[in-house]
Amino acid sequence: MSDLFRYVLRLGDLSLVLGQRLGEWVGHAPALEEDLGLANVALDLVGQARLLLAYAGEVEGRGRSEDDIAYLREHREYLNATLAEQPNGDFGQTIVRQVLIDAFQLELYERMTVSKDERLAAIAAKSVKETRYHLRYSAGWLVRLGDGTEESHARAQSALEKLWPYTVELFAEDELDRSMAEQGVAPRLSEVHAAWSTRIDGILTEATLQRPADRPHSWHGKRGQHSEHLGYLLAEMQYLQRTYPGARW
Amino acid sequence: MNALLDADRRVSRAWDALAAVEDPEIPALSIVDLGLIRGVKPRSDGTLEVEITPTYVGCPATEVIRRSAERALGSAGIGGFIVTSVLSPAWSSDWITPEGRRKLEIYGIVPPERSTESMRDVLRMNRPVSCPRCRSADTETLSEFGSTPCKALHRCRACLEPFECFKCI
Repeated sequence: MSDLFRYVLRLGDLSLVLGQRLGEWVGHAPALEEDLGLANVALDLVGQARLLLAYAGEVEGRGRSEDDIAYLREHREYLNATLAEQPNGDFGQTIVRQVLIDAFQLELYERMTVSKDERLAAIAAKSVKETRYHLRYSAGWLVRLGDGTEESHARAQSALEKLWPYTVELFAEDELDRSMAEQGVAPRLSEVHAAWSTRIDGILTEATLQRPADRPHSWHGKRGQHSEHLGYLLAEMQYLQRTYPGARW
Repeated sequence: MNALLDADRRVSRAWDALAAVEDPEIPALSIVDLGLIRGVKPRSDGTLEVEITPTYVGCPATEVIRRSAERALGSAGIGGFIVTSVLSPAWSSDWITPEGRRKLEIYGIVPPERSTESMRDVLRMNRPVSCPRCRSADTETLSEFGSTPCKALHRCRACLEPFECFKCI
């Protein structure tokens, strides 16, 4: 497996898994507007994943399509950071997860528009325009929840405590991240981290929420070692293709 | 038929055919009005290459648009053609033609303002939008995401009608 293939999977799987999670809200969101909002963000994320996974298939060169890659891989072959697969919880927890990942994708894509890999640069330039709207939506909600009622504040803070440890993995640079940065394919994660951190601090301050401390993490979704939640998500997402192989619209 | 002399006419016929293809989500506009056709040019082997770009990466209309374009081109008598998808440069709401903007307004959708180039721009976009029906500036945002990825949902407090607004990207 080439480095580029694995790296593109990390990006594509992050979008796909988060998009699938958001899709679970369809028909269940607290209000019709939020149903629409979450579904629209999910749609954009799945769209990004299609572009990325199609590219991964080309890089791999074994003739796998975006659908083969999405529907026919085992959970250990998924390379998304563990944060994306964490359950929706209540609306507050979904919004916290969304803010953390939207801000990550924003800072990553903004810098990837000048990637030496032209295809990734094009996908990043296209995606970042949508990601800005995702973050405006999620951060807007986090401020309303954090700076809202006692109940909404407490729930948002507790979701933040719960999900914060997973953010460490987003920025933990391993040899693959390093090699992509050295080749000019991806930005340095330390740079993305610094920008993300400033942005998140601004949002948390406005939301009157406390930033939890970073702790050493033991999550390695980026290497295919996932939490117990991903298997269930994939079982639902992949059910149709696994049960009726080759089924088409 | 002299292919060299004919190229210009084939290109212009292709544009005419594409200008008649409605957007499946906003049928008042054609795919040319929306700025989705990035180029029509003859390749060295005589095939006409038509470049289409998507508005949003997950827009479900993208594939319908491509098929409608192929159908329209197929019956336009322009000979061999191929429709390709281009991502870069990324589609911008600035590419909606003046004609397209006029049609949006008549259709009751507020056309986009200047495109957004940064997070700062997007945060500044929370502007008051006037109602396309009664022109009142007393409106509110109901949902940042509307019936399609490219629109947001607003409501007029004066005439009480909901309306959609094209997002600026």
